[in-house]
Amino acid sequence: MQQPTASHVAAQATSSFTEHLQRERPELLPYNRTLPAGNIPPHPHATTIVALSYAGGILMAGDRRATMGNVIASRHIEKVFPADQYSVLGIAGTAGIAIDITRLFQVELEHYEKIEGTLLSLDGKANRLGAMIRSNLPMALQGLAVIPLFAGFDTVAGVGRLFSYDVTGGRYEEREHHSVGSGSVFARGALKKLWRPNLPEQEAVAIAVESLYDAADDDSATGGPDPVRQLWPVVYTVNRSGARRVPERELAAIAGNIVESRAIAGREA
Amino acid sequence: MAQQFYVSPEQLMKDRADFARKGIARGRSVVVISCADGIALVAENPSPSLHKIGEIYDKIAFAAVGKYNEFESLRQAGVRYADIRGYSYDREDVTARGLASVYAQSLGAVFTAEQKPFEVELAVSEVGRTQEEDHLYRLTFDGSIADENGFVAMGGQAEQVAEAVAGGWAAELGFRDALRLALRALATDKEVDTLPPTAVEAAVLDRDSESNRGSRRAFRRLTADEFSQLLAGEA
Repeated sequence: MQQPTASHVAAQATSSFTEHLQRERPELLPYNRTLPAGNIPPHPHATTIVALSYAGGILMAGDRRATMGNVIASRHIEKVFPADQYSVLGIAGTAGIAIDITRLFQVELEHYEKIEGTLLSLDGKANRLGAMIRSNLPMALQGLAVIPLFAGFDTVAGVGRLFSYDVTGGRYEEREHHSVGSGSVFARGALKKLWRPNLPEQEAVAIAVESLYDAADDDSATGGPDPVRQLWPVVYTVNRSGARRVPERELAAIAGNIVESRAIAGREA
Repeated sequence: MAQQFYVSPEQLMKDRADFARKGIARGRSVVVISCADGIALVAENPSPSLHKIGEIYDKIAFAAVGKYNEFESLRQAGVRYADIRGYSYDREDVTARGLASVYAQSLGAVFTAEQKPFEVELAVSEVGRTQEEDHLYRLTFDGSIADENGFVAMGGQAEQVAEAVAGGWAAELGFRDALRLALRALATDKEVDTLPPTAVEAAVLDRDSESNRGSRRAFRRLTADEFSQLLAGEA
């Protein structure tokens, strides 16, 4: 048999899982398909995600609602995920594709780490996510857009960093805080008033939950804290020691405090 | 046209096997030991960056002896196989048995069809929730596969090393004792009693990685410092 030539070997060598799938199993990619003409029936949409920096790291929080037109498609959906040890991502938009893109992104980072024996840089991770969102552009034109928010700890610079994306895969580094999804304008208003530099972690978590509370107050597609079903937002913090999911117990207490203080204030907003 | 000499298939296979065995016999040894805390993997390897031991998936590790370029390409193929399988089915559907069988088929195909066989020997190990659920598979250059019990020793002095491990192995060993045993076993053909942690690369598959480290990925590479600390009993 013919031995592969050196250039062929070099061309085949990839540390990217997505590139490998593109070559070998393109049907497994979440995007990459041409849709026939026609209207897409209603499908679940993931809504509001907020992220903010605090002293020593960055955190991301998402509500638990997915909507399908005027119907609540899910009260339990989770929209913030750990991407790897030092980064998290949140998703807004078409839930079905967004969740698959998240899975692909998680495997992409782990795959690189296993093949190369080292972690991808934070900018490298942010760029890979941008490339995936750009690949989804044809689907976005059909109304199946996915907009992520990406946050991670830059182990070289020693700071938490935050990236937002547009539908074309454009990647923008954000400062202080950012939000995406249907309730993002309301969450952003709250964050502008509540956020300040060098917040302690506990307080930052409370501010994230409160901004989601404000988003849920004005946006029907964002779910507020649900004490009946014991559902609280999903919150991840990322700092030098890695990504950590904030326990339900803490979130229940924080949400309880917010509801209580607002009830005492007894005002319209 | 030049006439090719007739070579009997028996002779052809024997020549290939001898060739592969010679290549492997030149290499340094690797030991994989299943113990109470999980699975310990130790390879005699002075290079801190060219690894003989690698992570394949959540509970699965790879160890090899022989030619670096050959086993490295097999390791990468294994990572790709596992990641595709886990991505298209589910993470728990990736098993050492499936991976070992793919490796056996590739090694077998190369042994019979290619110009030269791979000069490698592989161990695929999977850590289970209990020690009875641990799997250790040993694969040789011709695609033979063996399901080993307790430990695997491969490489140049495999038989001597295996004897040394068998002498000290017990199911209830912890990581510290298993790693010490591996270091002693790897030193059998040398004039010293045991190897220093800097002369080897070591990794473990942690049986309780979820509760100990909050990670579903059981594989953990030990740096020389961590290794020395673990041996001294501090960690």
